[in-house]
Amino acid sequence: MKPGFIARNRDWQPPALTPRYKTSITRSPQRALLSFPTTLSEETGPVFGHDMLGPLDNDLIHNFAADGASAIGPRIIVHGHVRDQNGRGVPNALIEVWQANAGGRYRHRKEGYIAPLDPNFGGCGRTVTDENGRYEFRTIQPGAYPWPNGPNDWRPAHIHFSLFGGAFAQRLITQMYFQGDPLIPLCPILGSVGDPAAVNALVAPLDMAMTVPMDARAYRFDITLRGRRQTAFENRQEGL
Amino acid sequence: MDLNDTNGQESPSQTAGPYVHIGCTPNASGIKGVWAQDLGSAMVDKDTSGDRITIRGSVIDGTGAALTDTLVEIWQADAGGICGANDPRGPGDPHFSGFGRSAGDMETGEFRFDTIRPGPVPSRDGGLQAPHITFWIVARGINTGLHTRLYFPEDTAAHANDPILSRIEHRSRIPTLIAKSEGAGVYRFDIRLQGEDETIFFDI
Repeated sequence: MKPGFIARNRDWQPPALTPRYKTSITRSPQRALLSFPTTLSEETGPVFGHDMLGPLDNDLIHNFAADGASAIGPRIIVHGHVRDQNGRGVPNALIEVWQANAGGRYRHRKEGYIAPLDPNFGGCGRTVTDENGRYEFRTIQPGAYPWPNGPNDWRPAHIHFSLFGGAFAQRLITQMYFQGDPLIPLCPILGSVGDPAAVNALVAPLDMAMTVPMDARAYRFDITLRGRRQTAFENRQEGL
Repeated sequence: MDLNDTNGQESPSQTAGPYVHIGCTPNASGIKGVWAQDLGSAMVDKDTSGDRITIRGSVIDGTGAALTDTLVEIWQADAGGICGANDPRGPGDPHFSGFGRSAGDMETGEFRFDTIRPGPVPSRDGGLQAPHITFWIVARGINTGLHTRLYFPEDTAAHANDPILSRIEHRSRIPTLIAKSEGAGVYRFDIRLQGEDETIFFDI
């Protein structure tokens, strides 16, 4: 049997209870988590192929727009490398993204922000990493928006990311933020991550090298999924 | 500190937020036509091997209220105990995806999976684990996705030898991982985030 996955670093990851993010108060488990080495049930996972994708799945500017129309907002390309903790690219990783429109409004029945919907923007997209673990998609830069938490909390502009590696143990949902956003240090949700270096890991820098002249700016967002332990000498506990 | 440097650590998790359904089940959230079918909405077809089962349940917060903005995913072995296309023991049932995803009912939050009873999966020592289904729960207010497992109420003998259940120090909490039978092939599995009956969540 191959070595199991490296344990999640709970000092680097946000804790479950982060009272400044109020909803966590009644939704955070309070008892100790049960630890055990991963088994085949967690070391396997659904496999996705490029054949599941439609031609506009990774183009949020056009995938909900009327023919000939496009979403309103600053045009951007988001690209990056999905690798594991051992530095190996993760091929065929499904990435699903969702976001607010350029005015900071989501297309959702529970969304009440006064900013208008964009009839040509749905806000969802997906792609699958190539054989080296690289991905890219095209969208518009989402707007910041207010949310009911503290008396005057605003989310920094962000894109939600959901990732499947090859193993269910690697399943991850996170958010990408934009370099230079002054709301970043004020955000109770990003603030759930305690280590400033870990906060920094979620901030994508502008990438002029990938920017398309007269068309779209580019941001680079690399993502690290859990990796397997590397030793050939696996301990086996008695009775396990 | 370079921006976006994860220092060899797993990228930090962030809550899925209140609008996770836009990205993960757009059709269920009312965004039609971007792609035809929501991922994980159909686990079986007419040729899938195994006993058909239905699993229903709610995710319940510390006040006793069912969440209506959660996304629940499951991952399981096929009837022969093979876990999908990258199981090294290879090929499983081509008519079974093993992966289910439920946005929950938009009013009540109740999730539902129509699947098959999984076969047993080996443990690390080569023995067999009791049949189980892996659950992963995300929602607004949950900073890192929660892993747990469903076991079946009729497998009492297998539970006694299961290496994961055997690890649980507080034996009175084991029933939080065992579904309740609601008739032939129908199970209820409520997940409690806090309180007396808090579900056992895993650090795996």
